[in-house]
Amino acid sequence: MNEILGSIFSTDFVYSSLRLTTPVLFAALASLIADRAGIINIGLEGIMLFSALTGVIGSAYSQSLLVGLLCAVGTGLLIAFIMAYFSLTLHADITLAGVAVNLVATGGTVFVLYSICGDKGVSTSLNSLVFPTVDIPLLKDIPVLGSILSGHNVLTYVSLIMVVAVWFFMEKSKLGLRIRAVGENENAAKSVGISVVRIRYLALMLSGVLASLGGAFLSMGMLTYFSKNMSAGRGFIALAAEALGHGGAVGTFLASLVFGSAEALSVSLQGVGLPPQFVQMVPYVTTILGLVIYSALRKKQQKSLHQLFKKRKRGLR
Amino acid sequence: MKTGREKHRLPTNRQIENRFTLIRTLVAVGIALICCLALILLVSEEPLQAFVAFLTGPLDPPKNLATVLQTAAPLIFSGLAVSVMFSCNQFNLAGEGAFFLGGLAGSAVAVKLVLPYVVHPIVALLAGGLVGGVVCAIPGLLKVKLGATEVVSSLMLNYVVLYLGVYILNYFLLDPAAGFPATERLPDTARLETLIPKTNFHIGIILSFVLCVVMYFFLYRSKYGYSIRMVGQNENFARYSGINVGATIMMAQLIGGILAGVGGASEVLGGYTRFQWVALPGYGFDGVIVAILAGNNPLLVPVGAVFLAYLRVGADIMSRRSDVATEVLAVVQGAIILLVAAKLFLQHIKHKYIVANATRLEAVKGGEEHE
Repeated sequence: MNEILGSIFSTDFVYSSLRLTTPVLFAALASLIADRAGIINIGLEGIMLFSALTGVIGSAYSQSLLVGLLCAVGTGLLIAFIMAYFSLTLHADITLAGVAVNLVATGGTVFVLYSICGDKGVSTSLNSLVFPTVDIPLLKDIPVLGSILSGHNVLTYVSLIMVVAVWFFMEKSKLGLRIRAVGENENAAKSVGISVVRIRYLALMLSGVLASLGGAFLSMGMLTYFSKNMSAGRGFIALAAEALGHGGAVGTFLASLVFGSAEALSVSLQGVGLPPQFVQMVPYVTTILGLVIYSALRKKQQKSLHQLFKKRKRGLR
Repeated sequence: MKTGREKHRLPTNRQIENRFTLIRTLVAVGIALICCLALILLVSEEPLQAFVAFLTGPLDPPKNLATVLQTAAPLIFSGLAVSVMFSCNQFNLAGEGAFFLGGLAGSAVAVKLVLPYVVHPIVALLAGGLVGGVVCAIPGLLKVKLGATEVVSSLMLNYVVLYLGVYILNYFLLDPAAGFPATERLPDTARLETLIPKTNFHIGIILSFVLCVVMYFFLYRSKYGYSIRMVGQNENFARYSGINVGATIMMAQLIGGILAGVGGASEVLGGYTRFQWVALPGYGFDGVIVAILAGNNPLLVPVGAVFLAYLRVGADIMSRRSDVATEVLAVVQGAIILLVAAKLFLQHIKHKYIVANATRLEAVKGGEEHE
C-alpha cells in the first residue's frame, strides 16, 4: 500500500499524468467545439489514429517536423470534412458517420502501414521525427514545480495553450458565439440569419484539427513511432471528459486531467502485484464512473429546476 | 377496364421508396467496391491477380462457400443484435463486449461443467446469452435511469469487459499446457456438431438463420416488437400512446445482448477447439454494418451478413495469393456505412421519379374524367 501511495505522491507521477493528459485533452477540446455546435463527434478516435499515422509518414519522408505536422492536421481536416459532408449535406446520422470513420481508421491505418512498411504492427522501420521537449527557463529551477511542469513535449504546452485559446474562442469571439447559438437553438440561430450548416461544417473541421494534434502527439511525442490501434479509446474517453467538463474549456481540462491521472495510475500500478487486467481497466472504469456521476448530478439539477419552476408558477397564481 | 390496368401499373409512393432504398444500397455497395479496387490498383504490383482472388476466390472450391457461411454466422448474430438495439434508436455498441464475454461464458460452461451431449451446448449457449444480455443492459440502464449517453458508456464498457474477460481467462480458466493464453480443449460433449464433413459448417450456422426468422416475427409481428420500433421512431409519441419507454428500451438492449452473447458462444463452440480471444474480435462493429445493410430488418440480415462474409473470405484469399493486405476491406465497410446511412444520397433522383409518377397518375385520372 505504501508503495502505491509513494508512487502516486511523486513528481514523476504528476509529470506523467500531464503527459498522458495531452492526447485526451486535445481530443476533449475537439469534442467541445463540435458538441457546442450540437454535434457528438464519435469519429475523434479514428481521426487521432489516422493523423498519428500520416504524421509519422510525412515526417519520415520529408525529414521535416513541419511537414509531418501539416500531414497530420491535413488528415484531420479531410476526415472531418468527409464526416461533415455526409452528416450535414447528405443527412447521414452523425453517430453512424463516426462509427464508419473509426472502422476505416482501425483497418485502414494497418493497410497503409503494411503498404508502406510491410509491417502490420509498428512503423519502426520508418525514420520518423519526434516533437522536441522544452525546458522552461526559470521554472525548471524551482524544486518540485520545475520537475512537474518543465521538460514536457512541446505539444503538451500547445495543448495547455489550446485550453485558453478554445475558452477565448468559444466565450469571447463572434464565431464562438455563433457556434454556441447553433448548438443551443438551431431555429433561433437560423432566424437571425446564421447559416447553421456552414457553422457546423466549421465546428466539425476545427474539431478535426484539434483531434489530429492529439494524434500527432501519440506517434511523435508520447511514442516515437506509430503502432496499431495506438489511440486505445482515447477519442471516446475524450467525449466523456468533455461531458464531465460541462462543455466548458476549463472544466474539460480538469476532467481530462482526471483521465490522464487514471492512465498514469494504471502505469505506476503495474509493478505492484495487482492483476494487470484490473490496472488496464482503470481509465475506462473512471470514464464510466465519471459519466454516471455527471448524469446523476445533471438529473438532480433538472429535477430541482423543475420544482423551482412549479413553485414559481404556483406563486404567480 | 384499360385505364384500371394502367393505373395498376403505376407504382405507389411506398413502392418507389422501397425500390429506391434497394437501388441506393446497391449503388452504395458498388461505389464502396470500386473504391476498394482502386486502392488495390494503387498499392499492388499484381492487381489483376489480386482482383480475381478477391472477387472469385470464395466461389472457387465448394469448401470456400462453406467458409463463407461459417464466416457469416457470427455476423448474423451480431447483425441481429444491433438491429434490435438500433430499431429502438439506441446506439448501443456494447454488442462487441457482449459477443466477447458470451464466448467466454459459453467456453467456461463447456470446460467446467460435465453434462451429456445435446444438453451441454444448450446450457453453454444460454450462459453466453445471459452474460451478453447483462453486458448490453448496462448502457441501457444508465441511459434509462440517468440519461447517460449509451454511445460513450457502451464503448467504454467494451474495454472493461475485455480486460475482465482476459483476467478470468488468465486466472480461472487457463490451460498452461496450451502454450498460449487459452482455456482447456472444449470437450466433445459441448462442441456444436459439424454438419458437412471436412468443413466447419456447424449447427450454430443453422441456429443463426433460424433466429433471423424468429426475430422478424418478434420485431414486426408482435406487440413488443411494435413498441420497440415505435420508441425508435418517435419516443414522445410512444410515451403519449402509453408505451413504457424505459422498459421497452431495456427490453431491446437485453434481447440484443442475448443475441450477441449466444453468437459469441456459438462461434467459439462451433469454430474453435479452445477459447483464445485476448482482444475484442470486432464482431460487434461488423454487426453495425450488417444492420445498416439490412435496414434493421431481421429477414435481410442474412443477406447483408453473407455479402460481408463473402468479401471477408475473398480478402483473406487475396492476401494469401497476392501482396494486398486484408485490411483493405475496412475502406469498403466504412464507405458502405456512410453511403447507406446518407439519407439524401440519390434523393434528388427519387424526388424526380416520384413527381413524374404523380404527374402521370394525374394525367390518367384526368383522362378518366374526360371519358
